[in-house]
Amino acid sequence: MANSTDDHEIQLLLEDLFQHYHYDFRLYARASIKRRLLQARVQLGFGSIAEIRSAVLRDATLLPRLLDFLTVQVSEMFRDPSYFRALREQVIPHLRTYPSLKVWVAGCSNGEELYSLAILFHEEGLARKTMFYATDINPTALKAAQAAVYPLDRVRQFTENHQQSGARSSLSDYYTADYGRAVFDRSLGSQIVFSDHSLVTDAAFGEMHLISCRNVLIYFDRDLQDRAIGLFRESLARRGFLGLGSKESLRFSAHADAFGAFVGKEKIYQRIGA
Amino acid sequence: MTDPTGDRTPLERAVVIGASAGGVQALSSILAALPAHYPHPILIVLHVPQRSDSLLVELMRPKCGMIVKEAEDKEMLRQGTVYFAPPGYHLLMEQTMTVALSTDEPVNFSRPAIDVLFETAADALGPDVTGVILTGANHDGAQGLCAIGAAGGTAIVQDPSEAEMPTMPRAALEACPSARSLRIDAIVQALLREAA
Repeated sequence: MANSTDDHEIQLLLEDLFQHYHYDFRLYARASIKRRLLQARVQLGFGSIAEIRSAVLRDATLLPRLLDFLTVQVSEMFRDPSYFRALREQVIPHLRTYPSLKVWVAGCSNGEELYSLAILFHEEGLARKTMFYATDINPTALKAAQAAVYPLDRVRQFTENHQQSGARSSLSDYYTADYGRAVFDRSLGSQIVFSDHSLVTDAAFGEMHLISCRNVLIYFDRDLQDRAIGLFRESLARRGFLGLGSKESLRFSAHADAFGAFVGKEKIYQRIGA
Repeated sequence: MTDPTGDRTPLERAVVIGASAGGVQALSSILAALPAHYPHPILIVLHVPQRSDSLLVELMRPKCGMIVKEAEDKEMLRQGTVYFAPPGYHLLMEQTMTVALSTDEPVNFSRPAIDVLFETAADALGPDVTGVILTGANHDGAQGLCAIGAAGGTAIVQDPSEAEMPTMPRAALEACPSARSLRIDAIVQALLREAA
């Protein structure tokens, strides 16, 4: 069957990517990886997955293009406005009590979620005492996140979401429109550290007060999800908060006991216990 | 082959259904006619506005003998259970008889997209999947049904003359000429025969 040849070649390609480039997709949810690789095959003009394999081993410049297929997520600013409203109304009051704050946006992709949080913290008067850590495994996505430029036609949706999140300002205060693009304010980035970090292979970050990692874990299988949740557990300060995607949960995790549901409906958890 | 835990027989087949405009009515008629102990899991993508909370499960549950739920990421499929794709997420079937969700870009302007479910189901189960395309006003599902047909699975399309919106069934029949065009009551009979 053609399918099983593909499956075998995909397994070999993922092994190669790990052995040669240290990108580990081996425990990603396979159906989605397969769809993305088959799209990559067509759009990059290869006849088979095996051809991608030999090309990427010969030519490292193919790697970033392949990574875009394997990792890049198109998101929205303030996607799921009720999540941001819950952060604003229920989590922010706790965060106000700290003299300084650390926020980690894990798997930040092109930065939509990151800037949503940066704007929210600005509106709530916490921006100056907050350091944001934005991480992703894809260097191209990190660059895009750093640039903070989005197509203007997406901004209408961003604006609507922002308003529904309980906005205290207008989104247009934070960007200038320029040739069909919205260029977000440089000052938003002044307290953001961008870095290459893998939830699969890298270690914990220290003493975070809030970790937001939404719609990243659904791309992992259960074992890998658990590894990432373990990293979050280690990285959170006592009583720190973890925000997940609306269809993600800690229910099946070996680390479930280390967290309490803080706003259950919005998948906002709080680190408890040891 | 038996399940090592011994408490249930391993799944061998699944049914996937795609519906769009007019789909609630058509789906209700089908699901209401299937018994509680229907032996295959049924996975459904029904196009709904992306921002709506899913009321589908609440709507369908009282009409069905089978267990009706929203599909949860990485959950193991079970017999006698109907799984709906959550609004805003693609629903994918894994080769391990589990499901996965994704926020990949919309396909055919839809998320969830019928094509994504059907193509991954064809990939996971080959001939052991039945795909059903119901009423709708777009072309989603045509490629997916085609993949199911090509993998040796059973392809069924609601008779366009009966469908509230014939566009989607017509597109599916065009893409997958081997598909059978059946009225709702005949679709129910076909699904019941697979349970025998």
